[in-house]
Amino acid sequence: MHEYSIIQSLVDSVESLAREHSASVHHVYVGIGELAGVDCDLLQTAYDTFRFATICENAPLTIDRIAAQWQCPRCGGPIARGEILKCTLCDEPAKLAAGDEIVLKRVELEVA
Amino acid sequence: MCQDHQHDHETNVVPVEVGHRILKRNDAAAVHNREHFLADGILAVNVMGSPGAGKTAVLEATARNTTNSAKFAAIAGDLATEHDSERLNLAGLRSKAIQTGQACHLDAELLHKALHGFSLKGVDYLFIENVGNLVCPAVYDLGQSLNVVALSVTEGEDKPLKYPTMFQRADLVLITKIDLLRHLPNVNVNKIYDAISRVMPSPRVIQVSALDDTGFEEWLAWLETKRAELLQPAYA
Repeated sequence: MHEYSIIQSLVDSVESLAREHSASVHHVYVGIGELAGVDCDLLQTAYDTFRFATICENAPLTIDRIAAQWQCPRCGGPIARGEILKCTLCDEPAKLAAGDEIVLKRVELEVA
Repeated sequence: MCQDHQHDHETNVVPVEVGHRILKRNDAAAVHNREHFLADGILAVNVMGSPGAGKTAVLEATARNTTNSAKFAAIAGDLATEHDSERLNLAGLRSKAIQTGQACHLDAELLHKALHGFSLKGVDYLFIENVGNLVCPAVYDLGQSLNVVALSVTEGEDKPLKYPTMFQRADLVLITKIDLLRHLPNVNVNKIYDAISRVMPSPRVIQVSALDDTGFEEWLAWLETKRAELLQPAYA
């Protein structure tokens, strides 16, 4: 259950951003990769539990789930999920092109 | 003074694009730890795996199989006890415990705090034995140079497929307790290799037994090669 620790870091980041802009928080957007090791439902629950009495109290959280994408670093060809992670043409080990993100994408602030 | 007066404030919603990692504070602490390790010529190895996979037994056997255990040290993360650290000290591997309480993983700041007051003088290899868990420890960079996952033969051949994040980030998988295979007619090691190759792009696997010390020569040689590879740029 490291999702609570991730939310704590998220709220800390959003708090300092809001303070910097002397604003309140309207909406928070994060991106979580399929291979980030984070459960999106648990993350949402952790946020909804933790946000009370913080600057995020009235700000909903939108989680963008980012699919894992493996590809060959040489020819750029895709390697499907669940396959052996090696390019059948170039014999190169696959590289993860997307899907390990744990990122704060955007914050909508309310400025009076 | 004007509480009865309705203000009709216009609030503007301003989007701010951020795009940084949520765990940036942990990442910064990890970078700091890594700089220390590399500057001091220490190969830091994050040892992960399920509870009972044999992480501590592997480290005990590592101390037993080397001619110079003074070059090795360990930090052992555990929820509630110091048992692992005590076992490692008894085995001749100097170690310190981190009790994480309820936390299911180590993070870079916990490691940094634990390293204060723990001398790494003369140490070439630091093992960071993470909390037994196949999910959370993979998420936190500690400042290690290598990730090693211990997977015992009794855990199920498809564990890598069920916990892809952990294995995707591994530099090496140690298949542990292979002495048990003769009692496990239904366990097929080739199936474990197949599962690993579907989640780990450059699969590297060593089979070990901490009971009869099988595989430890290969494990120690791998560590030595990796240390030479990874620390060379620091001295260049």
